[in-house]
Amino acid sequence: MDSNNKKRETYYESIIKQGYSRRDFMKFATYIAAYMGLENSMVGQVAKSLETTYRVPVIWEHFQECTCCSESFIRSDHPIVADIILDKISLDYTLTLMAASGHQAEAAKKATMEKYKGEYILCVEGSVPMGDDGNYCCIAGQSAKDILIESAAGAKAIIAWGSCASNGCVQAAKPNPTNATPIHKIIKNKPIIRVPGCPPIGEVMAGVIIHMVTFGRLPELDRLGRPKAFYAKRVHDSCYRRPYYDAGLFAETFDDKNAKDGYCLYKLGCKGPMTYNSCGTIKWNNGVSYPIQSGHGCIGCSEESFWDNGPFYERLAKVPGIHAEGLADDIGKVGAGVLAGGLAVHAIAANISKRKELKSRINRGKSNEKDIDS
Amino acid sequence: MKKIKNFKRVYVWELPVRIFHWLNVLALFVLVVTGFIIANPPAILSSAEATNLHSFGIVRFLHFTAAYIFLFVLIMRFYWAFMGNRFASWRAFWPFTKKNWNNFWHVMKIDIMLLNEKEEDVTKISIGHNSVATLSYIVMFVLAIVQIATGFALYGDMASWWLPKMFTWVIPLFGGDFIVRSIHHTAMWLFIFFAMVHVYLVFYHDWLEGRGEVSSMFGGFKFVSDERLKHAHNEKEVEIKEEKGIVATK
Ligand code: HEM
Ligand code: HEM
Ligand code: SF4
Ligand code: SF4
Repeated sequence: MDSNNKKRETYYESIIKQGYSRRDFMKFATYIAAYMGLENSMVGQVAKSLETTYRVPVIWEHFQECTCCSESFIRSDHPIVADIILDKISLDYTLTLMAASGHQAEAAKKATMEKYKGEYILCVEGSVPMGDDGNYCCIAGQSAKDILIESAAGAKAIIAWGSCASNGCVQAAKPNPTNATPIHKIIKNKPIIRVPGCPPIGEVMAGVIIHMVTFGRLPELDRLGRPKAFYAKRVHDSCYRRPYYDAGLFAETFDDKNAKDGYCLYKLGCKGPMTYNSCGTIKWNNGVSYPIQSGHGCIGCSEESFWDNGPFYERLAKVPGIHAEGLADDIGKVGAGVLAGGLAVHAIAANISKRKELKSRINRGKSNEKDIDS
Repeated sequence: MKKIKNFKRVYVWELPVRIFHWLNVLALFVLVVTGFIIANPPAILSSAEATNLHSFGIVRFLHFTAAYIFLFVLIMRFYWAFMGNRFASWRAFWPFTKKNWNNFWHVMKIDIMLLNEKEEDVTKISIGHNSVATLSYIVMFVLAIVQIATGFALYGDMASWWLPKMFTWVIPLFGGDFIVRSIHHTAMWLFIFFAMVHVYLVFYHDWLEGRGEVSSMFGGFKFVSDERLKHAHNEKEVEIKEEKGIVATK
C-alpha cells in the first residue's frame, strides 16, 4: 500500500481527515477508554496519545483461520475503530481487506517490515500447521510457518487474535491432523498478547489494539498472556442468569418451562463457569445480546481446546487423558463396584484362610469367660 | 500348647491425630456429597423466585467451608508429624527403612495375599501404622494436595483472600478451568476408592488381630501383647514405663 510513502500522521490527524469532528473524536476516546477498563480521568490521556502519537504500522497475517476475527473486528461498535485501524490508514498488510493484491501486496509488507523494523505490531489470525514441514498452509509460495517467523522477527509485539492463534481452535482438535499450533508455541522471544475467542468480541479487539497504540506498551496480561481487562472474569461471574444458578433453578431441557423462564443453563452444558471472557458485560453485536441471553449455553469458545472438552449440551466430567467416551462417573461407578466385589471376596477368603487363628482366639476367649469368677 | 496372651494398652494415636482423622473424614464426606451435587445438581421443584432461594449457593458454601477445614486439619497433621509421638511421626511414614520394608512384605503376605505363617510371629506385627497402610496414607496426602490445589485454583478467581489466590497458578499450568475441573472430579473417585479399601482394612485388622483397631481411632489406645512389647523394648521402639498396665511411649 502507498502508506509507506506518505508522511507519517498521527491518529488524530487521520481521524479528522476521514471527516470526523473533534467532538466525534472525544466521544471515541471516552468510549474506548471505558472499554479498556480505564478510569474516567484517563480519557484525557487517551485523547492526548491519539493526538500526538504517530500511527503504528500493523501487519495482519492470516493463516489457518476462517476470518471470523476480522469480521468481528470490523463490526466493533464504533466506526472509528475500523476506520483508523483497518481502513487503508494503519494496516499495511492484510490479505482480506487491503486494496492491493498479489505481488504488490507482498511488496508492501516487505517494505513495512524493513522500514519499521522493531516498531510494527504483528497481528496473527489463525494457527500455524507445523505438520509436513508447514506445507498444509502456504501463501504466495511460502509456508505459514516461514511467513510467521519472518514477520515476527522485526515485530515490536504480537497479537494472537482468536482461539486459532492463541489455542489452536478447531483445527487443533484431536487428532489435529495438520499439527495446528498456536503462535506462542512457535515464537518465544517476543511479547505475545493472546486474545482468545471464536471470534473474540470486536470491542475487546479494539480495546487491545488501542491500548497498544495509545500507551505504546502491552496491556496488563494474566498468566496465560490474556489482557486482564477482558479476561479476568468468567462469563459465569457476570451472567445475568447467575441468581438462578445460586438458587439451584436450572433449565432441564431447551424446551421446558424453566428454559422459557430464563433459568440457568448449567445443566444444559453451559461452560460459562469455566470460561474467561467478557460476553456477560460487553456482549455482542453492539451490546445487543450474547449467547446465554439468547437462550444458548456458553460453549467455552475462548478456552483452551474447547472442541475437545466434552459435549456442548451436557455437563459431564471427563477423566483427563482418556479421550474416548471416558466419563469420570461411569468409570468411577464401575471401579467402585469392582472394588467392593474384590473386598467382599477378600473378606470371605480371609475368614477361610485364617480360620485356625480365629478359632483358637474364640476358644481362648471362651475359656477366659469360664475363668471369670461370678 | 495353650499360650496365655497378655495385652497392654498402648497410647498410639494422640488427640491431634484423632482430631485430624475425624475432621478429615467429616470434611471429605461433605466434600464428596456436595461435590456430586455441584457436578450434577438435582432438579428442584420450586415456584420460589430466585431472589428468595439460595440452595445451590448453600451447597457450594458447604463445599468451600469443608474445603477450608480439610486444608487446615491437613496442615495441623503435617505439623504433628514433627511434634507428635513415634506413631504420628513422619519417620513412621518413611518407606525406605529396612524395618518398614520388612513390615511391608510381611503385611503383603499375611494380610493382602492371606498366607499363613507356620508359627505366628507377633514381633512382625506393627504397633502403629503398618507399612502398607502408610503407603496408602502417603497416596492420600498427595491426593489431598491435588484436590486442594485444583479446588482452590477453581475457587481463586471468586475469592478476595490471598490464600485461595495462592493457587491460581494451577490453571495456566494445565491450560484452563476445564481440565482442572476434570482432574478435581476424577481425584474425588480416587478418594472414594481409598476410603472403601481403608475402612475395609481397618475392620479386617480389628476382626483378625483383635487389638481394638477400630476403637483406637476413638480412644487412642491399641492393645499390644506382652511378647510384642518386649520385642519393641529390646529394639528400643518403645520405652516401657509401666503404670497400671498402660505403656507410655515417650
Ligand atoms: C469408620 C470409619 C473409619 C475408621 C474406623 C477408621 C479408623 C482408622 C484407624 C484405626 C487408623 C489407624 C490405622 C493404622 O493403624 O495404621 C486410621 C488412619 C487413617 N485414616 Fe481412617 N478410619 C475410618 C475412615 C476413614 C476415612 C473415610 C478416611 C478418609 C478417606 C480415613 C483416613 C485415614 C487416614 C488419612 C489415616 C492416617 C492417619 C494419620 O496417620 O494421621 N479414615 N483410620
Ligand atoms: C477431597 C476433597 C474434594 C472433593 C472430593 C471435591 C469434589 C468436588 C467435585 C466432585 C466437584 C464438582 C466437579 C464438577 O463440576 O464436575 C467439585 C467442585 C469444586 N470444588 Fe471440590 N472437592 C474437594 C476439595 C475441594 C477443595 C479443597 C476446594 C477448595 C476450595 C474445592 C473447591 C471446589 C470448587 C471451587 C469447585 C467448583 C465449584 C463450582 O463450579 O462452582 N474442592 N469438587
Ligand atoms: S447460564 Fe451459564 S454462565 Fe449463566 S449462570 Fe448459568 S451456568 Fe453460569
Ligand atoms: S458466551 Fe461463551 S461460547 Fe459464547 S462467545 Fe462468549 S465465551 Fe464464547
